Amino acid sequence: MQRTFRWLAVIAIVLGVALPVIPQIIWSLAHRWLFPALLPTEWSMSSWEYVFSPSSRVVEGFMNSLEIAVFVCILSILVGLPAARAIALNDFKGKGIIEWLLMVPIIVPGIVSTLGIHQLFIRLHLTNTFIGVSLVHLIPCIPYMVLVMVSVFSNYGTELEDTARTLGAGPIRVFLNVTLPGILPGLMVATMFTFLISWGQYITTVLIGGGTIVTLPVVLFPFITGINYSNAAAISLVFVAPAILVLIFTSRQLGQDSAVMGGFGRL
Amino acid sequence: MNRLKLMEKLRVPMMLFPAIAIIVVLFGGGMISGVGQSVGYFPVIGLNDFTLDYYRDVLTDDGFMTSLWLTFRLAFLSTLFASVLAVAFALVLRHAFRGSRLLTLIYQVPIPIPHLVVATGIVLLVSQSGLLSRGSVALGLTQTPRDFPVMVFDPAGVAIQLTFLWKEVPFIGVVVLAVLKSVGPQYEEIARTLGANSWQRFRYVLFPLMLPGILSTSIIVFAFVFANYEIPLLLGVRHPTTLPVMAFRNYQDPDLALRPQAMAISMILAVVAIILLVAYKRLAKYAVES
Repeated sequence: MQRTFRWLAVIAIVLGVALPVIPQIIWSLAHRWLFPALLPTEWSMSSWEYVFSPSSRVVEGFMNSLEIAVFVCILSILVGLPAARAIALNDFKGKGIIEWLLMVPIIVPGIVSTLGIHQLFIRLHLTNTFIGVSLVHLIPCIPYMVLVMVSVFSNYGTELEDTARTLGAGPIRVFLNVTLPGILPGLMVATMFTFLISWGQYITTVLIGGGTIVTLPVVLFPFITGINYSNAAAISLVFVAPAILVLIFTSRQLGQDSAVMGGFGRL
Repeated sequence: MNRLKLMEKLRVPMMLFPAIAIIVVLFGGGMISGVGQSVGYFPVIGLNDFTLDYYRDVLTDDGFMTSLWLTFRLAFLSTLFASVLAVAFALVLRHAFRGSRLLTLIYQVPIPIPHLVVATGIVLLVSQSGLLSRGSVALGLTQTPRDFPVMVFDPAGVAIQLTFLWKEVPFIGVVVLAVLKSVGPQYEEIARTLGANSWQRFRYVLFPLMLPGILSTSIIVFAFVFANYEIPLLLGVRHPTTLPVMAFRNYQDPDLALRPQAMAISMILAVVAIILLVAYKRLAKYAVES
């Protein structure tokens, strides 16, 4: 009985995960694949050539996505790390309100705030700019970074920092030699997922970037239900690459920290 | 000395300020601008007077209620199915068996993958000329693409649900699995010695252990699907569509006069989302305590 269930689960998981991936890989290499053939009758690399040609704008989109996501990560760390530490290690008046304020952008649908921000950014001349798109990506990213780092700092003792300070270490040294090594595993996971949240943004980028800032999801979107399956599949596989890297680096942490997991639900 | 005290007092506010400032200015500013437009403040097209007409127009529109129901249904069903499957897989994966570690790794693959990639794969898999349809011809079940059931651009939203399921089952599952693994088998053993059958062991031992994890992750799934724009737009029918798509379409309409309506829809969407999530949290707290 239990063995039957186990086999059913094994088959369901392996097939379930593989099934949407398989046709993407095959289509990206297919030249001629008419219905109802199970495999392409002619193979070619033409959609991969298309992906790397300037006219597809895939490389351009990839670089824009990368630049925005890195910029967003740096800003999220710079503002999120001190805020998380303040919340996790201190009790102060209004802490509840502060935590609530940082949660609201997670509860309110992103499209609602983005539509409002669009009008605001038009007036501030931030639409169609790199900085405008990055700023709007910060809205889901900062709360996430703070949330994860609060849970990291909650399990973090400051005794070592005090010792280092007593021994005469300055604030920069204390941070680099004591604090950073202590929080690094958590910070790395948080940063990778902040990266992925920005990497996956579509609607915010389209609205605020207005077609001027072309990121990879913006390039991919019209292909998904288009007629050129081969190009759709190849672009989609380029888009998924960083996620696979992140999975390899973080698979150990998965499921161990529920705050970290919270971020996965936002991708 | 006084300066030191002041510095110490300002330390926490200074650490919080940048994050709070960005959220208040961007998110708060966006919300205020949105509320303003929804009640008739849109100077660009000469609207300056306060009115609730747009809310009335939206709420009395038949299409709105249909959309609200569709949005809710998709979010509710995705969350329900994902939770059930996640629990089932966790029950199997918690045991160590040959290849169980590799299987757990495969199980985690969907978690960081962007939804747009999943949508691409689902289209290539379940559309009428997709891989499954081809397989069904090979097995002699169907002859033409049209014999295969419509799962993309269908009123029921099968492809939409599949996309969310593929993403969210492992998301809930990994959290639940971590709980079961950290607890270990001893509670179950005790229940077994006390004569509990396998259903009783699940119902009274394992399920209560999993419940907090299920609730905390499913609330994220519900909020995500309820607010999602891309997937229903890509894989759903044009009418009826979900509220986020409806709001965005009205917003993008060349007729700027539709924008206050778009804002009214999006504000209602926000309010409904907040009410549902608060209610869910209350319910979850009640369920965990009892």
